[in-house]
Amino acid sequence: MIGRAFVFGDNIDTDALAPGIHMKRTPHELAARCLESVDRDFAGAVRVGDFVVAGANFGMGSSREQAAVSLKLLGIQAVVATSFARIFYRNAINLGLLAVVFPQARDIVAGARLRIDAEAGTLDNLDTGHRHAISPLPPHLLAMIRAGGLIPHLKLQFGASGASA
Amino acid sequence: MMAVGWTLIEKIVSKAAGAPARAGDIVTVAVDFAFAHDSSGPRRWEPMLAELGAVPWDPARIAIVSDHYVPALDIESAEILRITRRFAARHGIANFFDMIGICHLVLPERGLIRPGAFVAGGDSHTPMAGAFGAFAMGFGATDMAAIIATGRTWLQVPETIRVRFDGRLEPLITAKDLMLLLCRRLGMDNSGKAVEFGGGAVEAMDMAERMVLCNMAAELGAETGVIAPDSVTFAYLRGTGVPVADEAAARALASDPDARFEVSYCFDATTLAPQIAAPHAPDNSGDVGDYAGVAIDQAYIGACVGAKIEDLRMAARLLAGRRVASGVRLLVAPASQRTLEEATRDGTLATLIAAGAILLGTGCGACAGFGAGVLAGGETCISTTNRNFQGRMGSGDALVYLGSPFSVAAAAVAGCIVDPRDMLEHSS
Repeated sequence: MIGRAFVFGDNIDTDALAPGIHMKRTPHELAARCLESVDRDFAGAVRVGDFVVAGANFGMGSSREQAAVSLKLLGIQAVVATSFARIFYRNAINLGLLAVVFPQARDIVAGARLRIDAEAGTLDNLDTGHRHAISPLPPHLLAMIRAGGLIPHLKLQFGASGASA
Repeated sequence: MMAVGWTLIEKIVSKAAGAPARAGDIVTVAVDFAFAHDSSGPRRWEPMLAELGAVPWDPARIAIVSDHYVPALDIESAEILRITRRFAARHGIANFFDMIGICHLVLPERGLIRPGAFVAGGDSHTPMAGAFGAFAMGFGATDMAAIIATGRTWLQVPETIRVRFDGRLEPLITAKDLMLLLCRRLGMDNSGKAVEFGGGAVEAMDMAERMVLCNMAAELGAETGVIAPDSVTFAYLRGTGVPVADEAAARALASDPDARFEVSYCFDATTLAPQIAAPHAPDNSGDVGDYAGVAIDQAYIGACVGAKIEDLRMAARLLAGRRVASGVRLLVAPASQRTLEEATRDGTLATLIAAGAILLGTGCGACAGFGAGVLAGGETCISTTNRNFQGRMGSGDALVYLGSPFSVAAAAVAGCIVDPRDMLEHSS
């Protein structure tokens, strides 16, 4: 799926992704405030399949999983960054939101059309015509993404009879 | 391979993994103790546990602390607290602490954080427990739900950064000042690293100050912070009524002399000036003199890192016989009920109130924008809290500076940021 790049800088924190003042609202209401302190138009402008592209230490700060949930609810296909804060990275993978470490993320310009194939380990920039290799996830994390996240993955182990939400 | 000694981190993870584990290894570990609060805990776990058909793996190894949405400000908060209470009752969680303080302080106060333990917490400031020689790591709610269901999790064993603070802290210089310096020097992108603190200035610290160091390892972006247990640790734990049974074993957790550190830093604590972090990040810090004269609307003394009894006493030393400046509000949210009891008993609270401080309930309060004391657009606050990201403490157009309790109290009196050392000189 092809999506557009929404580009951010370094150290995008969880208070920008999921502002504390809105944390008790519904997940969709919270998602509507996602990144508003950095880019007021982001939540309104983003479409299903788009990408968030950023510099270093994306998702620093709080352990609040709503930071990753909000991006997922807005339809973000993947976050591409030069590096991630560890808790955010785990949260994203646990929720089935692809988080891709890409050292050249800063070269991607706003609005660029991207396509990622996590299994094949490729990132295509359709505007520049470049295909980049992205480092594959460790096998246990790729299995989790394939299952749709940590809970669906664990469910296979628990063998719970699909008492789903 | 040549024999190399073990870091404190490697020793704890090896024990939890049941097999030797070196920095860089990806391992599965048995969790000794797991906790979360009302925001990250039961309200998020319940649907996931239901989907798994799972119950808590061991209620005796789980603690839940309601500290974020307390006291309930509206129906949504009340509902979150109700769900939290119901979960604790339903699953027999004896270590449930309802509105009596912030998890990172309430748990050590009761001796629940043990040297050598692998601690998993549903909050990014979980590393505060590392002050007791535990490996304490923060997780998001889904990871925590999986831990609650299975008692296990995975991690990549972090490399260790060793930070030594040599010399001794001068009067009115605190662990908070050391950490604001360290944020500037090490940056906030230390994912995959653990920070082990040591050196003369750390050995001389009480547990309250050591907890500040480890708490703010989170601001470095580190996996955790840790300090080898010593006689100060053991004395604190004796005071909780749950002494360490085998002190020799706990001392042996210390990193071996030939352990491999990724990098070691040494800082001279003696020459440090009070540090202030300017908006909007803890690493945007400098000497207090760089920010002198910045006018404030609010001074906030709160949070796990900055409203322990020791922090309130620091503020009281500055505020004794003085008044909060006209047009400035000083809010104090003690980190726990025991903190408040102690402050009442020893006169600290009376000093704060006499100076014009406004007392708030115990809990996380305005620190993360959940509770009372948040800021309007255009307002400026100086705070004893640990992070000042844009929009964290209320409006995205507010400005938050971070400092020690001395610096915050001094600013409350002056109406602007000042060097607290000048103020104490004037009074003597």
